[in-house]
Amino acid sequence: MTSVFGLVLLVGVSVMFVTGLASYAAYNPDLGNDTTPDKGLLGFYLFDWPTHPAWLYRLTQGVHVTLGVVLIPVLLAKLWSVIPKLFDWPPVRSPAQALERLSLLLLVGGAIFEFVTGMLNIQLFYVFPGSFYTLHFYGAWVFIAAFAAHVALKLGRMTRSLRSRRIRDELRTDLAHTRPEPADRDGLVTPAPAPPTISRRGALGLVGAGSLLLFVVTAGQSIGGWARYTALLAPRNRNPGDGPGGFQINKTAASVGITAADVGDAWRLVLRGDGLELTLTRAHLLQLPQHESRLPIACVEGWSTENQHWSGIRLAHLADLAGLPGAANVLVESVQRTGSFRSAVLRDNQIRDPRSLLALRVNGADLSLDHGYPARVIVPANPGVNNTKWVGGLTFRA
Amino acid sequence: MTRFIRWYGANPLHLLALICAFAVAGYAALRLFAQQPIGVAVWLVGAAVAHDLILFPLYAIADRSARSVLRRRAGNLGTLPWINYLRVPTVLSGLLLIAWFPLILGLVPGFEGATALSPDGYLGRWLAITAVLYGGAAVAFALALRRARRIGGG
Repeated sequence: MTSVFGLVLLVGVSVMFVTGLASYAAYNPDLGNDTTPDKGLLGFYLFDWPTHPAWLYRLTQGVHVTLGVVLIPVLLAKLWSVIPKLFDWPPVRSPAQALERLSLLLLVGGAIFEFVTGMLNIQLFYVFPGSFYTLHFYGAWVFIAAFAAHVALKLGRMTRSLRSRRIRDELRTDLAHTRPEPADRDGLVTPAPAPPTISRRGALGLVGAGSLLLFVVTAGQSIGGWARYTALLAPRNRNPGDGPGGFQINKTAASVGITAADVGDAWRLVLRGDGLELTLTRAHLLQLPQHESRLPIACVEGWSTENQHWSGIRLAHLADLAGLPGAANVLVESVQRTGSFRSAVLRDNQIRDPRSLLALRVNGADLSLDHGYPARVIVPANPGVNNTKWVGGLTFRA
Repeated sequence: MTRFIRWYGANPLHLLALICAFAVAGYAALRLFAQQPIGVAVWLVGAAVAHDLILFPLYAIADRSARSVLRRRAGNLGTLPWINYLRVPTVLSGLLLIAWFPLILGLVPGFEGATALSPDGYLGRWLAITAVLYGGAAVAFALALRRARRIGGG
């Protein structure tokens, strides 16, 4: 049993780690959008996040979050199956065992810490001690170090144990024919087992049913369309309204202190580039060549929208206007005065993708205030918070 | 070599793997603990303690007491594993609660302000799913009981 749960977690946690690292890279931390600037060597793998396919971040982050939710029963079942080890007596028999038990504290504490901070963050329940990004990123490295050591030490044991039984036979064995495990070297098997009350297939089935149920009440918020309404317990299980602006809103204007005056007639876009500075009104912007692109919004919290029909000015065109057609990056600043993610830096591949827009309209209407009126950035495969809303400044840099 | 193994209690590779792990974990932990060391320590160790010494004993005790209390009333149920008809809906409903308790219990103050979505209805939906789970288990149990009696009587 332990080895089956172990195998599922080995695969699942690996996928979560890779998608988690991908999400960190997607923020372009090396350009300054860095929530963990002291990362040191832990950012060794960073790469330029692509803009193709447009649904890339929808997929990686939807998988990261949904898989995390689905693995909760497996994690709990795995911990349940090894709990006798917690009460080993004497607690320390050798230096090797003492060190291993310390690594298990990091493993178990780290695993639960990662699952709990992730689950609380996607429900906007910010009770953890510090920034989610710092805790979840560094916590992931603490956990994965202990996890890698655990896999290295236990992989052989897991394989042997998986080979000792045929899964097909186990699935045919009912309660009446369920026999206790033979004694093992690790002392996981109780020396005096009580009569079984559930078969092995029953226990596996229960954990699987738990995962399936969690999938059903969660995944729809990342799939969208009618499936959104099946996500009965997920945070983004319905749309905030009807009409052109009726899709998911990460943070409303009111919640981040955007006032009518910030985005009224006095609003200007300040475009900076190679030694020049242009101040543009929304009317000016509407006179520039307008392009359309169909792109989703995808959030680090795992939810996403279907493609929305945006229209506005290509970022590449704005780079030309700023006198830097070959700009290496652009600093996008919101008129939002407080809170995190009110500015973001985009990379050259994101500027030059013809689908990347400073959007003025969506789904045939002007942007709604909550979606970033008068102007917002929309870039394919970009994490939602880097698609800055209520944009007041664009600074292209060589 | 044998002296090392006798003293340490395992193969030298065991020690190497763990030293590697502690080095990486330590490097990350320095950064993890930089801002609010006490808070993070409480959460990290608290996570393991809360599971091992609170959550686990809680459900182990619940299972044991359910079995011992109900066993007396289950005299005429024969060999039917009746406890599982109680366990399955309880575990499934409990898992939903563990995963989504902040929304179900309405603990998130700024939810509607941030998302323009109402925070209401999660408790109702969770209770409805829970009712369906227990209801389904009751029906399954009744059917199993009938089948068992028919076989027993026939």
